[in-house]
Amino acid sequence: MTGPNLTTDDVHAGDALPPLSCDVTATTVVLGALATRDWRPMHHDRDFAIHRNGIRDIFLNTPNQAAWFERYVTDWTGPTGRLGRMRFRMRGSVFPGDVMMFTGTVDDVAVDAEGCGWATLAVRLAVGDDTKTECDVRVALPRDANDNPWDRRGDRWVPDAATP
Amino acid sequence: MTVGDAAVFDAVRARIGDRQYEETAEFPVERGYVWTSCASVENANPLFWDDEVAEALTGGPITPPTMLSVWFRPHHWAPGRSEPHLPLQVHFDLKAAFGLPEAVMTDNTIVFHEPVRPGDVLTTCQVLRSVSDEKTTRIGTGRFWVIDVEYRNARGELAGVESYTGFGYSRAGKAPT
Repeated sequence: MTGPNLTTDDVHAGDALPPLSCDVTATTVVLGALATRDWRPMHHDRDFAIHRNGIRDIFLNTPNQAAWFERYVTDWTGPTGRLGRMRFRMRGSVFPGDVMMFTGTVDDVAVDAEGCGWATLAVRLAVGDDTKTECDVRVALPRDANDNPWDRRGDRWVPDAATP
Repeated sequence: MTVGDAAVFDAVRARIGDRQYEETAEFPVERGYVWTSCASVENANPLFWDDEVAEALTGGPITPPTMLSVWFRPHHWAPGRSEPHLPLQVHFDLKAAFGLPEAVMTDNTIVFHEPVRPGDVLTTCQVLRSVSDEKTTRIGTGRFWVIDVEYRNARGELAGVESYTGFGYSRAGKAPT
């Protein structure tokens, strides 16, 4: 099996996820838009973005940002990490020429009533000192090497619990 | 609030919990898009690239959970098509019902249930969850609402729910039309 495959024993409240930095180019923005089937011109047409929308350039679309956040979290958990819930708050746009920096911290680690292990994360996408998007993530982690959150179905999978 | 407003409010509230705008995806879920998506964010998760890992962990290939809404974005063009559905039509219905010309989305949550697999043909519907009383914020006066977009596979199993909080409003100083 590849990947780190973190278990709940490996993770503690206050832990920091390793940061991830990425240089954003026009290709990043356009590829991300097309990968999410978002054909709107402000994600591929610089003239439209500047002259019609009155902004600096084309910018990263929201569904592709979700894919970036997923990649950031599962790079850390390994493939046994299973996303339960993501909550986004958009603060600003990400443009070609920006350097995106993803950072995250573990807010809580818990086991739910069904015996599923969960980590709650506060993840941030920033450019320089500006937070562009905040994402609260609830991700299931195995409790030991024999556990696999992906085996959970029906009532045994409760991704949207009000508490961690 | 005028009598007319109250009638509109009651009519809108009566639809809370209804499944509206049920639709079937235009195409089956396919792996080419999975790889394009993973490439766009350099996602090396072996669940999506290594069939042995996918078989061991998820009983075969699945798609990245955050691709949930990808399977419903319409083709840019299709033969004989007239106007496509607006995404989140309930949101636009509410703006129209309350005569609120502006709107912003303030919060967006995705909850992931049964994994989506290549070959799945998904269905979706929109469910109004709540509508607030009239509120005045920094940007104007209007109402908050929460709309869920549910995604199900062909077996009727819930694959995920996107939840949007919208604020429909008239700019400060302008009465609702």
